[in-house]
Amino acid sequence: MKVYLKFDYAQMTKKIIQEKLSELGYKFSIIGFGELNFNEKIPTKNFNEITNIFNEYGIEIVENQKSILVQKIKDTIIEMVNTDKPMNIKSSVYIAEKLNLSYPYLSNVFSEVTYTSIENFIIIQKIELAKQLMINTAFNLTEISIQLNYSSVAHLSTQFKHMTGMTPSAFQKIITKRRKLSNKINN
Amino acid sequence: MTADYITICLADDDEDDRLFFTDAFDELRINTRVKTFKDGVELMNYLNHADSILPNVLFLDLNMPKKNGVECLLEIKKNVKFNDIAIAIYSTSSTEEHIEETFVNGANIYIKKPNDFENLKKILSEVVTINWQYHTSGLNKDNFLMRM
Repeated sequence: MKVYLKFDYAQMTKKIIQEKLSELGYKFSIIGFGELNFNEKIPTKNFNEITNIFNEYGIEIVENQKSILVQKIKDTIIEMVNTDKPMNIKSSVYIAEKLNLSYPYLSNVFSEVTYTSIENFIIIQKIELAKQLMINTAFNLTEISIQLNYSSVAHLSTQFKHMTGMTPSAFQKIITKRRKLSNKINN
Repeated sequence: MTADYITICLADDDEDDRLFFTDAFDELRINTRVKTFKDGVELMNYLNHADSILPNVLFLDLNMPKKNGVECLLEIKKNVKFNDIAIAIYSTSSTEEHIEETFVNGANIYIKKPNDFENLKKILSEVVTINWQYHTSGLNKDNFLMRM
């Protein structure tokens, strides 16, 4: 038997962190996604142990200040893209207010570290979510365009084509065929 | 997990093309480490060797002697050890059916070889930049399809 899975990465990460750190007997609190506060000072030896355990799960402790800021910007964008509520302010204003820093500054740091712009990263995330919804839900493209705050389905299609070089339906066709093929191999 | 460079492998039997590619990578903003191979057999020997550093992205020419690009692709896709490698196929010309087939067989990127160096640089820069986002932002690689 074969089933398809959908993941909530934030939930998974939180659960792993809670389980592993409780096992080791640490007192801590998780402040939002991607921020962790220990209630005590951690000796270097224990800190390395935590780092190693985290790394096994692909969780990395970010040490560089710019990387921390970039991670916060990414988290804000991912949260923004994944929310069901319609956005009534510009994303640049939203991100700047949320992080309490000027947008030009955030924009500069982001491009320097990630080699892409905040605007482009937002589009990448939106297209990723569109792909997920296309594959894992019964939503049609019009419904997906509404959920992702596009002004029209044509706008979503154009952006999809611009980012991936193919139309949403060509993408869907390939993924469907791929799954059929892997089912055939595995059965 | 997040190194500050991206490792790239390239298999192409044409020496000039190999040179164009490595020159183009050298001029990118993202730091790259590039290894090149002159045919599919040489490439697969390297990948299958236990000590080899597996690439983040692999560029495969379709027409190569001994073992062609599609044969390499199928072999790589059969081995779970290579799951994390993004595969970019490139070729001078191809039919729609053929392009679709390579995607279905597991390619992530399909590039039609451009005629001039400036375009090649632009395309490779886009591919490596987007791959960098997949690499550093936990995007789902199974949904990574791109046509240039």
